[in-house]
Amino acid sequence: MSEVLTAASVTRRFAPRITLGDRIAAALGAKVDRRPVQAVTDVSLAVRKGETLGLVGESGCGKSTLGRMLAGILPPSAGEIRLHGAAPMRGRHKTTTRIQTVFQDPYASLNPRIRIGEAIAEGPVAHGLVTRAAAPAMVADWLRRVGLDPAYATRFPHQFSGGQRQRVAIARALAMQPEVLVCDEPVASLDVSIQAQILNLFLDLRQELGLTCLFISHDLSVVRHVSDRVAVMYLGRIVEIGEAGRIYAAPRHPYTQGLLASVPKLVLSGDPAASFRPIPGELPSPLSPPAGCAFHPRCAKATDLCRQERPPLSPREDGTLVACHHA
Amino acid sequence: MTAFWNEYRENWVAVIALAVVVVVVSAALLAPWIAPQDPYDLANLDLMDARRPPGFVGSNGYVHWLGTDAQGRDLFSAILYGLRISLQMGVAAGAVALAIGTTLGILAAQAGGKIEQAIMRVVDLQLSFPAILLALVLVAVLGQGKVPLVIALVTAQYAYFARTAYGAATAERQKDYVEAARATPLPGRRVVFRHILPNCLPPLIVVGTVQVANAIALEATLSFLGLGLPPTEPSLGMLIANGFQYMMSGRTWISVYPGIALIILIVAINVVGDQLRDQFNPRLRR
Repeated sequence: MSEVLTAASVTRRFAPRITLGDRIAAALGAKVDRRPVQAVTDVSLAVRKGETLGLVGESGCGKSTLGRMLAGILPPSAGEIRLHGAAPMRGRHKTTTRIQTVFQDPYASLNPRIRIGEAIAEGPVAHGLVTRAAAPAMVADWLRRVGLDPAYATRFPHQFSGGQRQRVAIARALAMQPEVLVCDEPVASLDVSIQAQILNLFLDLRQELGLTCLFISHDLSVVRHVSDRVAVMYLGRIVEIGEAGRIYAAPRHPYTQGLLASVPKLVLSGDPAASFRPIPGELPSPLSPPAGCAFHPRCAKATDLCRQERPPLSPREDGTLVACHHA
Repeated sequence: MTAFWNEYRENWVAVIALAVVVVVVSAALLAPWIAPQDPYDLANLDLMDARRPPGFVGSNGYVHWLGTDAQGRDLFSAILYGLRISLQMGVAAGAVALAIGTTLGILAAQAGGKIEQAIMRVVDLQLSFPAILLALVLVAVLGQGKVPLVIALVTAQYAYFARTAYGAATAERQKDYVEAARATPLPGRRVVFRHILPNCLPPLIVVGTVQVANAIALEATLSFLGLGLPPTEPSLGMLIANGFQYMMSGRTWISVYPGIALIILIVAINVVGDQLRDQFNPRLRR
């Protein structure tokens, strides 16, 4: 399968903004923290044509930052993002329309002062994908396809529920006729009953349009539901990546195992304790990541080797890549 | 819009203030038709009628309900014409300051880096000393007349708009819908004018209302100090200044009535502005 969207050794640092006040404080001898936060470190991955790659991890592990870089919204500090071999960004600005994004919070990602018809049409009109005259018909068509009444085009976002807004956001992204769709936690802020509807809509449209997708979520069951392959992130790095079925059936990395074990389930067997085992400890600060394997302070299998040397992401016999000395 | 008006209506003080603003503005606009006398036409003035108390019947048969000033002008007419000038100055200065300040504020928020630092530090500097001082110096340098006065008022006030627009634009730029617009990507112009700017308008409208009142007060102060408009076309501040020397001799009406008109106008505009601010601020919503 051909690789559509690739990341090669991508790193993203966020340096704290040094204000005039900070500079004065520093000149007067105060200590100003100028350490950059490394949100994503040396990540390489590829999204293949027609597949959905799920990206999972705890809050703060860098999955959204990686998603935004792959979507061409955020420039990497080092490394390269390529769409069919070409960079999706020039300088700080996105240039391609072939990648579109659906954001987490549909209450925030739609401009409150723009009618949803205009919100859907403005991108395609600005890029000449549709003429201004043909735009209303296109908007009506998209509203129908995401399961909304075409008559809603003249309404404002505040007149819709969260699920309906997310449908609008999906229509807005797909109206740009993208090849790749980046979904950044698209159902995380929705009610569980609405999540299923939006996921099914997403699955239907993905198949219908033959989309290549990057699906970011902290919800393992959601990712299992939609993904062909899964990448697990921990503290800015990918620790395991491979076929979704294999990873869910036999996770290799202790962190993936912990993540899967910590999903609360309804207990049918007699032992309630066995169903819910949280990973001990907390995500370390990205300002001072632990030496060696970043997961070693929380890992039951950690040895001196883990504390000293970071394990590379290396292939196993079934094609899964794992970054662990002991798996 | 209807909901907005319904909420506004709940505050009866604000409704009265709005009514006062409407009455005063229309009175000022219609001054040539409702004023009993044209105070700019010197042929109309009779020095024999000067400094007469309220209710005096003039030599030409007018009843001067608010009395006359030192030139024999009917004070009621002079106040109407004075309001006209004061409002003209206030609205003109407010509008130009709004346009310039908003442009600079949004430019600073949008450009970032050195441009942002340069603009906002100048704005900070200007906000740190009194507007009246700056206006005084400018009028002294530029000379008298409407245009120099508006330039002075704008220079003294644009910084408030720039700071407000900058704050609002920086806040809006963080929001997801702006990121979504960049992720489409929409052209930069469209992001600024269709997405960021309209969402910055509510606070700017509020500051605009209050700044019109401030501009009127500032103009009145300058005129009172003799640095505003020429005395042949007196604004409210000039009228107050003209009557000031007669205060001690008991002819208080010459200063007091224009003063009352000025206070009513400024208070009414400020009350309307306060109400708008409360309504635009979601945290104050009940």
